Amino acid sequence: MRRKGIQRAALGAALWLAAAQTVAAELTPPQDFAVFDTPSDSGGGLTLIWAPAAYDGPDVRYQILLKPAPTAAPHPSPLPEGAREHKEEAGEGGSIVAEFPANTHYVREGKLPWWTRPAASDWHRYDLKSGKGLELKNGVRYAVAVAAVTDTDRALTTTQLAVPQPNWVNWNQMNNLLLVMLFASVVFVSIRTARRRDIFLRRIAGLDAVDEAIGRATELGKPILYLTGAGDMSEPSTIAAAVILGRVAKRVAAYETDLVVPHRDPIVMAVCQEVTKQAYLEAGKPDVFKEDSNFFITTDQFSYTAAVDGIMLRRKPAANFFMGSYFAESLLLTETGASTGAIQIAGTDSDHQMPFFVTTCDYTLIGEELYAASAYLSREPVQVGTLRGQDMGKAFILAVLALGTILATTGVLLETELPRIVLDLFKDLK
Amino acid sequence: MIFLRRQLPLLITLVMGLTFAGQYYVPHPASEDMLTTVNKWLQIIGGFVLVLGVTSLFHIHAVKIRRREPGWGYSFVLYAGMLTTVMIGLWANGKESMDGAITGFGWIYSFMMVPLQGTMFSILAFFIASAAYRSFRARSPEAAVLLLAAVIVMMGRVPLGEYLIPVSGDATQWILNVLNASVRRAILIGISLGAIALSLKIIFGVERAYLGGSKE
Repeated sequence: MRRKGIQRAALGAALWLAAAQTVAAELTPPQDFAVFDTPSDSGGGLTLIWAPAAYDGPDVRYQILLKPAPTAAPHPSPLPEGAREHKEEAGEGGSIVAEFPANTHYVREGKLPWWTRPAASDWHRYDLKSGKGLELKNGVRYAVAVAAVTDTDRALTTTQLAVPQPNWVNWNQMNNLLLVMLFASVVFVSIRTARRRDIFLRRIAGLDAVDEAIGRATELGKPILYLTGAGDMSEPSTIAAAVILGRVAKRVAAYETDLVVPHRDPIVMAVCQEVTKQAYLEAGKPDVFKEDSNFFITTDQFSYTAAVDGIMLRRKPAANFFMGSYFAESLLLTETGASTGAIQIAGTDSDHQMPFFVTTCDYTLIGEELYAASAYLSREPVQVGTLRGQDMGKAFILAVLALGTILATTGVLLETELPRIVLDLFKDLK
Repeated sequence: MIFLRRQLPLLITLVMGLTFAGQYYVPHPASEDMLTTVNKWLQIIGGFVLVLGVTSLFHIHAVKIRRREPGWGYSFVLYAGMLTTVMIGLWANGKESMDGAITGFGWIYSFMMVPLQGTMFSILAFFIASAAYRSFRARSPEAAVLLLAAVIVMMGRVPLGEYLIPVSGDATQWILNVLNASVRRAILIGISLGAIALSLKIIFGVERAYLGGSKE
């Protein structure tokens, strides 16, 4: 009797489960569907979001239907034989612009930070963007719908209207702006602090050697060769090279040594002429200044290299300075300079050329030292304060690296998205 | 005069610096168009300034020829080469080929410029060898570490090396992906902060040395 009761209960449970599965398998239109202009873009984009459904899985697919409004809502492609249509009123003329498995395209899969996420992370999100056979015109109204589809069934949402528009602010990058403003504040506070009290500067051997190089050239009666690199005046490294040229030229003027500055860019040449002229004036030696100490050779990479190598071999400068950004010509220049026995000081932010400079030059200013050179040589509080600001920036980045590692690891171990609140603040987002 | 030489350039730098720093955060096509327009202006100005550069080049070498300075023959060759190329270029209407046939201008480019550039570039191989020889001499513990790392990487990057020392492939990847990449990123962080700090100083007129002088 008792056994019969158990069998009856088991049968009842099985029937209930079967009924529940039938309900789960039944297709309903995607819920809470919304479409709107993609935020923070340059136009030509629409974003669709809708709630996750119980039937989300590899066997069900979502179709995105689109057509220009104001005509009626779009209609899907012809139904498979035997399929049921849930939204017959959806209209006609829309085309399927995307189709994908129902367990894909979630909000969490995008690279959006938490402050611009359009919905909860488990919601579906799909971005319609102009390109690859689809053109969304700015200012034109589009009717969009989403359909959940199986081999035998289809459930369509109500049609939503949206207009793609270009946006004036990229909110995804606000963390970038915030960090830049924070760093700028630190730099300016450091400058103000440096005006009130002395700030320690660590020794930079390459810059200490500048005087030695100039002195040596003076003793030998040979010129000093100064190169400003391959960049134009829009590159910070070229500006840094021009600034250092001013400091070097001032000392060169005091010793009345020859200065040779061949250029690859006429604008850089014009700027450096002014910088050099001013340096000679400040040194009280305007009469020693030579207009042709800065001169243009060519913009062509290897023609310039050949010309400078020729100058090195013919004039045998006692000191060579390589400041700014460089490419394949770096080793051709420095190795030739090394063969002439010149003392060589390089400073570059071209990380790919640093090994060549380190191996062939007596001293190399690595990366940021190039930007620090101006402060180091001038010792002006304003310049030195900037270096303190940079150091604080580096300390901040180191702290963020450590914190980020801990938070990311914790997030994976505890399977939580909470650390993203902090991690997103430091991501490079487009 | 001081306004034109100092204040106006600083004002232009401030306005343009802030505008184009802000442009990075504005995705609107108008912002992109503004950047494109300014870049075109830069190219146009660059074209005009090239005249300044060529004038400088002519002047320097004219003085050398006139004074018969040592090596003035090279200056003469430069003059001859430049004027000949310009004349042939004008004759060919600036085209390297016409009706499928190569012009004199094209011939100069293909059979003089390109081989000369290739020659300069190929010298790099010999210079790398000589620089490597100097650097890899194990004169100090640091140089010995450099030598060891270089040998492992060289072996790991060629099929024969990896065949002879199978572990060199993985060791190379580890050196490049872990040691090299981390140091490189550290350098890049420093460079980026330095570049931002310098840009801020220039935009806000703290750094003025590039204008010629720094005290005014």
